Amino acid sequence: MKALICILCPNGCTLSVSDDQSEIAVAGQKCKRGLEFAIAETTNPTRTLCTTVKTIFPEMPVLPVRSATAIPKDRIFDVMTAINQVMVTEALGCGMPVITDVLGLDIDIIATASMITNQ
Amino acid sequence: MKQTDVIVIGGGPAGLAAALAAQRGGARTLLIEREPRLGGILKQCIHDGFGLVRFSEQLTGPEYAERDINAFKQAGIEALTTTFVTRIKKTAAGFILTAVNQTGVLKITAKALVLATGCRERTARQVFIHGTRPAGIFTAGTAQHYINLLGQMPAKKCVILGSGDIGLIMARRLTLEGATVLGVYEAKATPSGLTRNLYQCLHDFDIPLHLSQTVTRVYGEERLTAVEVSTVDENMQPVAGTSQKIDCDALILSVGLIPENELAISLGVELDPKTKGPICNATLMTSVDGVFSCGNALHVNDLVDYVSESGELAGTAAANFSHKQRAEIALTADPNFAYLVPQRLDLNDTGTKTIVYFRSQQVLKNCDLIVMVNEREVLRKHYSHLRPPEMERLEVDFAHLNLTADSILSFKMEVH
Repeated sequence: MKALICILCPNGCTLSVSDDQSEIAVAGQKCKRGLEFAIAETTNPTRTLCTTVKTIFPEMPVLPVRSATAIPKDRIFDVMTAINQVMVTEALGCGMPVITDVLGLDIDIIATASMITNQ
Repeated sequence: MKQTDVIVIGGGPAGLAAALAAQRGGARTLLIEREPRLGGILKQCIHDGFGLVRFSEQLTGPEYAERDINAFKQAGIEALTTTFVTRIKKTAAGFILTAVNQTGVLKITAKALVLATGCRERTARQVFIHGTRPAGIFTAGTAQHYINLLGQMPAKKCVILGSGDIGLIMARRLTLEGATVLGVYEAKATPSGLTRNLYQCLHDFDIPLHLSQTVTRVYGEERLTAVEVSTVDENMQPVAGTSQKIDCDALILSVGLIPENELAISLGVELDPKTKGPICNATLMTSVDGVFSCGNALHVNDLVDYVSESGELAGTAAANFSHKQRAEIALTADPNFAYLVPQRLDLNDTGTKTIVYFRSQQVLKNCDLIVMVNEREVLRKHYSHLRPPEMERLEVDFAHLNLTADSILSFKMEVH
């Protein structure tokens, strides 16, 4: 028996998960997404990674970015390292990719704001 | 002198929503923002979780802001950025506002005002931390500004005081960027932030949360070198013999937010000591005719979706504003409520539904919220769980209740 908190919405349901080898039983969720979250969290936990990337523009020295979809939780710091090696040199718009297929995960890192530059 | 119908002060999510609603309501609208860019605090809230209620999507702060900014620009609403309002004078016809920017001093008249000035963080001095005044003590919002807007790391090894959401978000953010977060200390016996943030920001990164413990002293001359933490009793007093010294180079404070109402106070707007925001009626008009309040200036919200909602309400009402007699009765709440917004109801303007926002005073399980008119129960709603960090929203139709000036409208909580 393991207790999880569903992070999909502000309700933050406390889920109890019992994993008896063959089947995962979940209780405590207010909606069906809680069940999906509990199964994912027990088998392959993922998170959306939100961070910033450096730019060459002094008026916006960093640009906020996120993973387009959730990435495996145990790869968060690897992806952070990859993102921190990038320098944005052009004015990107919100939603545009900053890194495509980061670390071969088949997930893009995308801008979450449009860049403001004086150029 | 420049003339307009509605002036919205503040270009964060509340102000943007208010301006859009006012313009849609047919009013000539002007928005004034002191920063160079619109979006308010959302610009630096790069984490996701915004917009679930309003857009059914998990957006980051900048993405949420950009949607409103795009709609605002599309509507062709005028905005004065890098402009600071210094004074507002009430006249018979409305308001004369004085503002300054690079072009000089501006005077603008308006029929109605929407105050969307947001909130400010409580600082170290407001939580009585003793010791020297070294560099390295930041509010969580300041640390967030450094990292997310300036790209500068304010700490290598830090302690976070307070378990509010911004503190939890910053614990994760600092960790992601390579800092060590030694622990989050909370003076209260229960955490202040949302449960999901405790899970995804602390639990995910093995950051310890210490309840009923607080920072009692700071050490360091030029830069912070250590903090002293102590266990506190139920009266928040440090317990002798429990203190320990923790070496660190930064102390991040997430010890609460206070609505910003300097302009409101200058206009004589009556404030609610519980919310620290203006006392409003259901249209979010304050005690001063033609002055409306919304967003975090009205009360500190935990979800931006409701900030936008209140902005829309206030903007719509500001566009429709005309001087008329008010007949207001109070909405009273029993001590189980931390607060209730709106605090008043105008019987001349009860509308079809009133949106009521409230928080419980403490964690309540299995309780019924009851609305009473005089001694008659008119509405009952069951809650399995109420937590002070989680604001609740309720729609009530007061129009059909035949309320009169001597009706007593009270909100009660029946705990089973």
